[in-house]
Amino acid sequence: MTDKSVVSLSGVDKAFSLPDGSAMTALSGIGLEIDRGEFVSLIGPSGCGKSTLLRLIGDLTQPTAGSVMVNGKPAPQARLARDYGMVFQAPVLFDWRTVEENVRLPLELLGQERSAREARVTEMLKLVELSDFRRHHPYQLSGGMQQRVAIARALAFSPSILLMDEPFGALDEMTRERMNSEVLRIWQQTGITIVFVTHSIPEAVFLSSRVVVMSSRPGRITRVVEIELPQPRDLETRESRRYFEMVTEVREALRGEGRRDESVASLERAEAEGLLG
Amino acid sequence: MRDVIQRNLPALVVFVATVAVWELVIRVLQVRSFILPAPSSIVGALLKNWTADYQLFRAAQTTLLEAGGGLVIGGALGVVTAFAIARFAAAREIVLPIAVAMNAIPIVAFAPIANNWFGVLSPYSKMAIAGTLVFFPIMINVLRGLTQVDDSALELMRSYAASEMAVLRKLRIPNALPFFLTGLKIGTTLSLIGAVVGEYFGGLNVALGRVVVESASTLAFEVTWAAILVVSVTGIAMYLVVTGAERVLIPWHSSVRGERVA
Repeated sequence: MTDKSVVSLSGVDKAFSLPDGSAMTALSGIGLEIDRGEFVSLIGPSGCGKSTLLRLIGDLTQPTAGSVMVNGKPAPQARLARDYGMVFQAPVLFDWRTVEENVRLPLELLGQERSAREARVTEMLKLVELSDFRRHHPYQLSGGMQQRVAIARALAFSPSILLMDEPFGALDEMTRERMNSEVLRIWQQTGITIVFVTHSIPEAVFLSSRVVVMSSRPGRITRVVEIELPQPRDLETRESRRYFEMVTEVREALRGEGRRDESVASLERAEAEGLLG
Repeated sequence: MRDVIQRNLPALVVFVATVAVWELVIRVLQVRSFILPAPSSIVGALLKNWTADYQLFRAAQTTLLEAGGGLVIGGALGVVTAFAIARFAAAREIVLPIAVAMNAIPIVAFAPIANNWFGVLSPYSKMAIAGTLVFFPIMINVLRGLTQVDDSALELMRSYAASEMAVLRKLRIPNALPFFLTGLKIGTTLSLIGAVVGEYFGGLNVALGRVVVESASTLAFEVTWAAILVVSVTGIAMYLVVTGAERVLIPWHSSVRGERVA
């Protein structure tokens, strides 16, 4: 673990016990270092444990083996020290609270003084460009706006890490691209470390400094792809050749694993049928 | 106000038409008044007995007090029990089966016993019946509201390292408020049923349940119907008060928003 590391996982296994008493291995032998200010995406097929990995970092679930260190502390301590903000696939706003009251929630829990609180809420709403909607209720906002409120809320107490679990999975493609640019802008303005779970290759490439490619059964990291695209990234980035090359590289990293599985399977089938040896 | 009238116009038309047909059928077929009095004679009996004779106005006050008292007592006990059950798993295992079994009992059957325990002339005996009826729906609804909280919302609070108390205050209680109001709405009707049925088995003469029993025993059925009309209007009024409270307390909730859009 280097001093720059914000997240450091080594030898992490995670097994879930099933109702019938057996165990299902979700993650196996995970090692990952994430540096301060990085934007790291976790990508892989459904069931590869990418969300579980994110939840391990956030101490929403605990590893069966191995260590999860956040800011040099074990994950549970980091959670108690409020080191991270969390954004889920659903916005998880409280219906009974207005936009500003939702953003204020973590600050209330922190016991912050009222005037400091209000200033911070104003600042956060400006950051996500929702200043005109502070007195609206969540039901009066579109899905994209609700997710922006969730981001403002996650950033309200200045966490050092932002954990995002498929935050734009439920949005349409247009809104999603806008939200991608929005997150990049916020990332650059705040210098925060972001860990981002997605199953969209273009999204992962566009956003990340590194993409962690995972495979399933059991979930493991198969490759880490450095995304060499200049910052700041914008619409032109999405249309550049380098971008397409990176997308292709990640796609092949994802598929490569699948192909090997397939070839192994056909080999086994061939063996079973007595065609070999 | 205008859109309130406009929205309820179809219901109003049907109501007026029904009353008109009722009146017509009674007059044309010359139905005897002890079988079914005409709406006009019911209203006549209502006006005649509003402050004189059966004193329907004061009777309504008595019954409303009993029902309201039962609603408050039963509701408060229901809320307290729900909090205890939500908080302590042990309480859930003890109290919940008892409450469910209790709810399967026709509680009004205990009305004579409540009259005996709390005094047949005392409003408390009626409140006891009303309160027992109200207890269960409020308890179950509040319990549901306190425990059926979005998993992600709980994880969010966990990510903030929020205390159990903070989760209760900022998440569980606001989440339970619409459920409580739903329980309260069901409770208004039940509390009135409890009070009136309690009165059937004895009580002060100036009470709606007593008016129903006594007018019927003297075959003054227009008065009986008039008393039933007053009970109905009282029930609707109680319900509307809770609906009004919903609009003030939970304007963000889908049930309230739905009404506004329609």
